[in-house]
Amino acid sequence: MDVTVTVNGTSYERDVEPRKLLIHFLRDDLDLTGSHVGCDTGNCGACSVLLDGVLVKSCMLLAVQADGASVETVEGLSQEGELTPLQQSFNEHHALQCGYCTPGMLMSATALLRDNPSPGDDEIRKALQGNICRCTGYWNIVEAVKAVAK
Amino acid sequence: MLLREVEYAKPGSVAEALELLAADDGARALAGGQTLINVMKARAASPDKLVDLNGLEELRGIELAADGTLTIGAMTTYSELVASAEAKARPILGEVCATIADVQVRNRGTIGGNVCSNDPTNHLPPLMVAVGARMTIATAGGGEHEVPAEEFFLGVYLTAVGPGELLTRISIPAGKKDGFAAVTLGADGTCICNAAATVNGSVRVALGCVDAVPVLLETGSPDEIPEAVRAANLEPPSDVHASSDYRKHLAAVLATRAAQEAGAR
Repeated sequence: MDVTVTVNGTSYERDVEPRKLLIHFLRDDLDLTGSHVGCDTGNCGACSVLLDGVLVKSCMLLAVQADGASVETVEGLSQEGELTPLQQSFNEHHALQCGYCTPGMLMSATALLRDNPSPGDDEIRKALQGNICRCTGYWNIVEAVKAVAK
Repeated sequence: MLLREVEYAKPGSVAEALELLAADDGARALAGGQTLINVMKARAASPDKLVDLNGLEELRGIELAADGTLTIGAMTTYSELVASAEAKARPILGEVCATIADVQVRNRGTIGGNVCSNDPTNHLPPLMVAVGARMTIATAGGGEHEVPAEEFFLGVYLTAVGPGELLTRISIPAGKKDGFAAVTLGADGTCICNAAATVNGSVRVALGCVDAVPVLLETGSPDEIPEAVRAANLEPPSDVHASSDYRKHLAAVLATRAAQEAGAR
């Protein structure tokens, strides 16, 4: 099926099999490998992206379902090599150990801060509930998000 | 994971969706996909065609009637319900939906998908039974009929929505004296056992996770619940998370908690 998807502001037209998951479309067809495949069962959140501004797990969505939509991935966060304040804060707070969950954590925290620029601790934790850190480094991740909350 | 080959259709209307579903035995409705896509990965379901209901505005939205009755479109997501001012007319709905899984799942998963998949560990089947919801089912050719929630759930993964049919909306009467209690795998995780209760003179409790379909009990007061649960002769399943006896114990505890919460409102 022909689909047109805008990813991080660039429009892509591709012929996609309906069975292809959005995460594989992003990684394999568009070579945007920032979004990760962790569990592939909808639990870990490493594949989280924004679909028309809504946070979703791209392993539980078909690529054809994104036809006509706008997708944001971790590659779209920094502009011209400049990290976003959230990314910079992850760096400063050592909010990543192995880094595998980081793209998903960043997308979930980005979605949170757009919706609620001043989240409390509980709101941050609730917002990151769908993202699992296999290093269990949650403390610094929450600290990093808190530091950019207004 | 690469899914088995599957056809995909995105109908522009409910009528078209019904035609597509009726025309093909192997066609299945795709709602939020937060269960179906995963069971397709595991090959536990292998539809030949997916009929994507996303984009059907007819199936979305929450309306509040003058008498307090809520009508919720089947494709309304948990997040939409949690954020809805209208849905506050029956506060338990948003409260329970806010505890389903996580933000990403709540943003995609739908009310209709939750009840139509009728996984016995789901939150909404017992809640719908307790609050006395009524489910509207559409058939190809323009017909529709209404089924009360206690007759809607027929078996594990089985509901009154037959082949070639669609759940289109759920209506829920006004009320505030509701409660919900669950023991879950981690915060907001899968339910090991759950119970939804409504107090309206008598107590109406629906137990989840203990049988193929929600078990409805009606008693005069919360104090009578443990005896009513015993009298129901439940034979819950055993699994790695809980033995049958433990689930039976939880059912009485959670039903009492849910009823006390409902009564205290």
